[in-house]
Amino acid sequence: MNPELSATRKVASFDVFYTQILDPEGHLVGTPPAFAQDADELRAMYRLMVITRAFDKKAVALQRTGSLGTYAACLGQEAIGVAMGFALRAEDVLIPAYREYAAQFKRGVPPENILLYWGGDERGMRYPAGTPAAHDFPLSVPIGTHIPHAIGVAYAFKLKKEKRVALVSFGDGATSKGDFYEAVSSAKVWNLPIVFLVSNNQWAISMPRARQTGAQTIAQKAFAGGMPGEQVDGNDVLATRLVLERALERARQGGGPSLIEAITYRLHDHTTADDARRYRSEAEVQAAWARCPIKRYKAWLEASGHWSAADEERLQAEATAAAEAAARNYLNTPPEPPGAIFDHVYASLPKALEWQRAEVIARGPVGGEH
Amino acid sequence: MAPTPNEAQNLTIIEAINLALHAEMARDPSVLVLGEDIGKNGGVFRATVGLLDRFGEDRVVDTPLAETLVAAMAIGLSTQGFKPVAEIQFSGFLYPCVDQVVNHATRLRNRTRGRLSCPLVIRAPNWGGIHAPEHHSESLETTFAHMPGLRVVCPSNPARAYGLLLAAIRDPDPVIFLEPTRCYRLFKQPVEDHGEALPLDTCFVEREGTDLTLVSWGAMMHDTRLAADRLAEEGIGAEVIDVATLKPLDMDTILASVAKTGRCVIVQESPRAGGWASEIAANLAEHGLLSLFAPVMRVSGYDTVMPLARSERVYIPDVDRILKEVRKVFEIAPKS
Repeated sequence: MNPELSATRKVASFDVFYTQILDPEGHLVGTPPAFAQDADELRAMYRLMVITRAFDKKAVALQRTGSLGTYAACLGQEAIGVAMGFALRAEDVLIPAYREYAAQFKRGVPPENILLYWGGDERGMRYPAGTPAAHDFPLSVPIGTHIPHAIGVAYAFKLKKEKRVALVSFGDGATSKGDFYEAVSSAKVWNLPIVFLVSNNQWAISMPRARQTGAQTIAQKAFAGGMPGEQVDGNDVLATRLVLERALERARQGGGPSLIEAITYRLHDHTTADDARRYRSEAEVQAAWARCPIKRYKAWLEASGHWSAADEERLQAEATAAAEAAARNYLNTPPEPPGAIFDHVYASLPKALEWQRAEVIARGPVGGEH
Repeated sequence: MAPTPNEAQNLTIIEAINLALHAEMARDPSVLVLGEDIGKNGGVFRATVGLLDRFGEDRVVDTPLAETLVAAMAIGLSTQGFKPVAEIQFSGFLYPCVDQVVNHATRLRNRTRGRLSCPLVIRAPNWGGIHAPEHHSESLETTFAHMPGLRVVCPSNPARAYGLLLAAIRDPDPVIFLEPTRCYRLFKQPVEDHGEALPLDTCFVEREGTDLTLVSWGAMMHDTRLAADRLAEEGIGAEVIDVATLKPLDMDTILASVAKTGRCVIVQESPRAGGWASEIAANLAEHGLLSLFAPVMRVSGYDTVMPLARSERVYIPDVDRILKEVRKVFEIAPKS
């Protein structure tokens, strides 16, 4: 491309913006959003962050003591889940990956369901009827393959003329996949009410962000699909919620899809089966702790007079108790009877499978469950 | 374009499929079709002709050229109360859909213990024999039939194409509907637009006989019928079974037939090793051995890559190859 050639002219250009309201020390660096007028709401957001962190810690402890299967921690990424939970409306549909527990809790998934899932029990994905989570997708382990489901979900909203939005969330690694590109490339064709939310936690197991793509930002991948893309400080719960609410509202009002790249950091190993010391330095992780989403939000809440040491003490006790209760509920849930593996493969059991189910039932429990 | 209902018409398979789509979209507003070139163009084989004009672009969805997206979009739609019928232009292009179908469509019901489900249909022309370009003549039925949570349906004549497609759309679980490309316009049959589905999960005994059971499905049913005709001329009565729904497999019908005939030849176009004929033969070995007078024989494609057009007839089984295996059976166990 040579702009000096008279035959060549610029036909498009794009800018990527980054939003931050609270810096890592908890100082305001931007105007607080309107929802920040409501102190109860601000405290509820903080409460969910702390509850989620305590849950996460308990889940890891359960795995380390042999009471839970492999678990994917959300340590350091709590602000994104909280922002999602508070930005979504009940009628929206969440299509999550697997580190958005805070959003799932907010939408009615009992914490023991998450433990049941990672403990190897499908009932963990049967979210309770009557909650917003009841119509959400279950968390999704294959990387990025859930992203294009949002196209069908949002197309359905559009066809039914419902003012609902599909929020699909995934990590930086998922943006390397074709499923992501097929979804992002097509969403604007139908101007669908979708928000694509990337939790860029810098690491896809051992692969750093720089080795996923040569693109300067992940946000700019939105432009190729004809939709807005922006970055936000994903460890700043105020900014993340603000940017998400803006994107959800745009989609709800017929403005179409958009993509948000929330910049965060995975403070834990990829899962409990991973050892991140093999591929990243302690110094890097320590530096990331300085950007911890809970630390900065708490500092700001305290400085704003919305939070006290007594509040903190009460909340820490409550969060620990909630995590312990979730663990108890999980551990006290007996495994499904063996025949249950047949119960939901089809709407009704085909005749060809009847003898297999009968064999399993006749054999009885075989052990091996947590 | 919409055919007049309740009047038997002589239709080809492709016309019967089109008729079923018209009928079900008219009957059920939650049914929609999606895929590449299915709107204005009416589909590369014209299966969706007339649907766009009649039902509009909201329900007749031309998609971008992305097969994974087509399958994934169908999954998303199916969770929201719609009954999507997706078309993939040729079964060779179903491979990018396998991840979506297997990791999501087949197991969403099970994963959520019944909270969500995927009532969807993915249709694709399957098998070779039309001198198509590379990758356009694949046999995909076993790939999907192996997968729990799925139904794999392969119609072999116009009436079954109509009735089984209605059944597939009404089924509460995901269905892979593989249509016999080379039989799309091979013959006609009276098809009444009565809106009645045929049963899934059941084989069709379409010709009775006492000497031999011939089992097949999809495009190979045509050659299997011709082979049965030839045998009839020789005084051999072949019972002909169209498996129709490969998964879940109705072995009862096949076992009952073999109990009567004592001889069985299974005809498939897909490669031999681990094909669905192997599954049927294994079931016969387990549950029908004592009725058999001779080994169960398989007629199949070879364990080669599907050849390009010039050599496709080398690969695809034909009447002679079916008869050759039948002869072996009667050499071992002559008709008394």
